[in-house]
Amino acid sequence: MSNIAVTNAATPSAAGQPFGARLAAGFVNRLVIIVPYLWLLFFFLIPFVIVFKISLSQTAIAMPPYTPVLDFSDGVSGFFAGFRDLNFDNYVWLTQDALYFKAYVTSLIIAAISTVLTLLVGYPIAYGMARAPATIRPTLLMLVILPFWTSFLIRVYAWIGILKPEGLLNQLLLSLHIINQPLVILNTYTAIFIGIVYSYLPFMVLPLYSSLEKMDYSLIEAAKDLGCPPTSAFWKITFPLSLPGVIAGCLLVFIPAVGEFVIPDLLGGSQTLMIGKTLWNEFFANRDWPVSSAVAVILLLLLTVPIMLFQRAQARAQEQDK
Amino acid sequence: MNATWSRFNVTSIVLGFAFLYLPIVLLIVFSFNESKLVTVWGGFSTKWYVSLFHNQGLMDATWVTARVGVISATVATVLGTLAALTLTRYTRFRGRVLFSGMVFAPLVMPEVITGLSLLLLFVAVGLDRGFLTVTLAHITLTMCFVAVVVQSRLVSFDRSLEEAAMDLGATPAKTFFQITLPVIMPAIVSGWMLAFTLSLDDLVIASFTSGPGATTLPMKIYSQVRLGVTPEINAACTILIAVVAVGVIIASIANKRREVQRQLDERAAQRG
Repeated sequence: MSNIAVTNAATPSAAGQPFGARLAAGFVNRLVIIVPYLWLLFFFLIPFVIVFKISLSQTAIAMPPYTPVLDFSDGVSGFFAGFRDLNFDNYVWLTQDALYFKAYVTSLIIAAISTVLTLLVGYPIAYGMARAPATIRPTLLMLVILPFWTSFLIRVYAWIGILKPEGLLNQLLLSLHIINQPLVILNTYTAIFIGIVYSYLPFMVLPLYSSLEKMDYSLIEAAKDLGCPPTSAFWKITFPLSLPGVIAGCLLVFIPAVGEFVIPDLLGGSQTLMIGKTLWNEFFANRDWPVSSAVAVILLLLLTVPIMLFQRAQARAQEQDK
Repeated sequence: MNATWSRFNVTSIVLGFAFLYLPIVLLIVFSFNESKLVTVWGGFSTKWYVSLFHNQGLMDATWVTARVGVISATVATVLGTLAALTLTRYTRFRGRVLFSGMVFAPLVMPEVITGLSLLLLFVAVGLDRGFLTVTLAHITLTMCFVAVVVQSRLVSFDRSLEEAAMDLGATPAKTFFQITLPVIMPAIVSGWMLAFTLSLDDLVIASFTSGPGATTLPMKIYSQVRLGVTPEINAACTILIAVVAVGVIIASIANKRREVQRQLDERAAQRG
């Protein structure tokens, strides 16, 4: 700190700055806002408008594979003429085919069940970490974050070798004579649950830990002194106080899990139905860009409420930190 | 404290960490397996690593991934840091709600939606799919993660340090580069590393936005995994894990050193 005072002693005071410098500072301030703002507008918001537009188009055998393209090659009038060809046919198509409806519902149910399972697995871990001696807490935190740094794809891939019929889990259970026949886990919904709980566990543990760590444990002591049994002390004090962490953790797991692709594709096999996989197949296998756009728009609409809840929670956490 | 750290707490932590780490450990162990069968141990061997280095497709993909990762993480760190400064310093400007929405939403947005929407944007503006489009897509995704990491450091930042520097006559720019930047540097470094890892890791967005000649390593691994589990992929994964682990360890050691140095400096400054 001392060296800064020394280097700045020679410069004149801020009030004596020339007008030009202050103008430049104002410009820099604006630039700080404008650059990331424009970037996100262009690469995050505008793409959604395009997705919506293409979801109203028709499939065509061309490149890009949809019509109308809506560009200015036919002049301004051609651009506006294209609008008349837009319609909601793709959405009608989605409601008529029961497959899509089933995929949406299944995805929501799978995501909800996995979120609850992740909470059940993650809560004891976060609680144990928060109660650990202060000296080892940073190490434990590091150990939770570390898998986060290893590839998602690799972590899902690792489970294939464990879960498959001749895999490590079945070998272990067979050799211990717990089962006589190998369990079929890979390519079922069970494998998807395991995959989601495993991959998203750090997202659940971290917010839970940060709200449990802040908790004042003398409250529990007080409750105990007043004759409150431990379980009811947990439900009356600990759990309500950790609620912000529970909500943040559940949203962090639930929202991406609904649209998950890698886990249902690698662990769920071809029998399982999830909307992320459906979208992927429409796009890559059927090359139907308009229908996959319509699938994406509906998925986004379904997730609007949870995403807004997540943002509110983020904003509130930010206010509390200040 | 130890009295409250019950046997239940210890058990849940041990089981939890076993669950988190066992699959990764098994994957690494079986990359050294002599046998081609991934789940049957046939003795120690490094032959899969050797064959890995003769796999030209995999090597090319690794090179593409590394370049995309470094470029996108660097640009994303600059943009993300600016976004974090905006979020913490400028509490009132038009469109702030929209801005914070656009920073937080990509964190949870399903990747299939982000990937599809970015691809359609690139097609709409007539950009050929390839190296550039993957890089742009990764910048957009990872800058939001950088913003969150840097923002959490900025929130706890003591602004009186900046005021002191300004009072002593430093220009805003000088204050930023000499006071603010060094203090938030650890967060910026970990933001860069997070961005790099996310880019290294991404399959879905890359598959949508990449074109011929820009196949990334996850895309390559994915296409091979679909054909079956092989020790060669285990070896590729192990190398990837090792690279990231070494990076994280170096970063945390550097971080700790800087922290110790800073405390020494502060103590020296207080003594005058």
